[in-house]
Amino acid sequence: MLLAAVNGSTAIIGYGLAAIGPGIGVGLVFSAYIQSTARQPESSRLTLPYVWIGFAVVEALALFGIAFGFIWAK
Amino acid sequence: MTGQPSILAANFPPSVDEFFPPSLAPWGGSNPWFTRITLMLWLATAAIIIFFLVAYRNPKMVPSKVQWIAESIYGFGRNGIATEMIGHEGLRFASYLTTLFVFILANNFFAILPFFQISPNSHYAFPLVLAVLSWILFNYIGIRKHGFFGYLKNALVPPAPWYILPLLIPIEFLSTFLIRPFSLSVRLFANMFAGHMLLLVFTLGGFAMISANLGFIPFSIVSWLLTIAITFLEFLVIILQAYVFTVLTASYVQGALAEEH
Repeated sequence: MLLAAVNGSTAIIGYGLAAIGPGIGVGLVFSAYIQSTARQPESSRLTLPYVWIGFAVVEALALFGIAFGFIWAK
Repeated sequence: MTGQPSILAANFPPSVDEFFPPSLAPWGGSNPWFTRITLMLWLATAAIIIFFLVAYRNPKMVPSKVQWIAESIYGFGRNGIATEMIGHEGLRFASYLTTLFVFILANNFFAILPFFQISPNSHYAFPLVLAVLSWILFNYIGIRKHGFFGYLKNALVPPAPWYILPLLIPIEFLSTFLIRPFSLSVRLFANMFAGHMLLLVFTLGGFAMISANLGFIPFSIVSWLLTIAITFLEFLVIILQAYVFTVLTASYVQGALAEEH
């Protein structure tokens, strides 16, 4: 007995799951930046490049998900 | 409901095929060597060269507007990226880093430029070449500064107890020499790729909903409004990715130049 059927690519579900980690990670990066700036406003310029580096490194994992979804689509 | 809109929505959902436009040469067919993508690449390069030549053709003590913009861009590359990330030695790399930044920015910008709306960087080959250039640069700089084995030791052997080194050295090797160029290029590529895909989904999705049922017109309009919103988001992503690519290159160079930990 068929209860439910899925059309299209189930990779979408996998990508949704894979995006949780980088989502949390990017949130942590910016929360740390906001906290440090709130405690030490003069340090905001100093820490900004590291925020972007951290953001980019974490975000890369989510982007791998997009790329791999297409690479292994078939 | 099989009127004109269904033709427009024929290719929904969008697929990877959207990224391979036909050749611009009338005899070209699907020959990939001269397409819209190639044209955009040449346009961006020409625009950058002409802009900086015009801006510096007749430099003045009190800069004109164009000269001021060009100087601000270079100043950002030199002070905001090169010296800030690498330190005093970074001045040597300021020109390369600024060129990289401007080139990526100009190419990315086609992603939201009306009538183009696809970035050359959404083809993996273009970011890959840039990332390999950065990879060669930071390895070359490191080897020239520390010597081959000194550089390897610097890059691969972290200050850790000896019994953990068999685990750490392979990880460091993977992350420094193999994953860096890969992640650098994939980051730029996937951002532009996903951005174009998002725009396609929301634009074509509007047409698909209309062709499914005319009652869906309000939803289509919302979908198209979201397209505009996403275009603004893309503008942010474009600048951010050009910046991130350059800053990461600078930080790799800095890591290669750094003295022993």
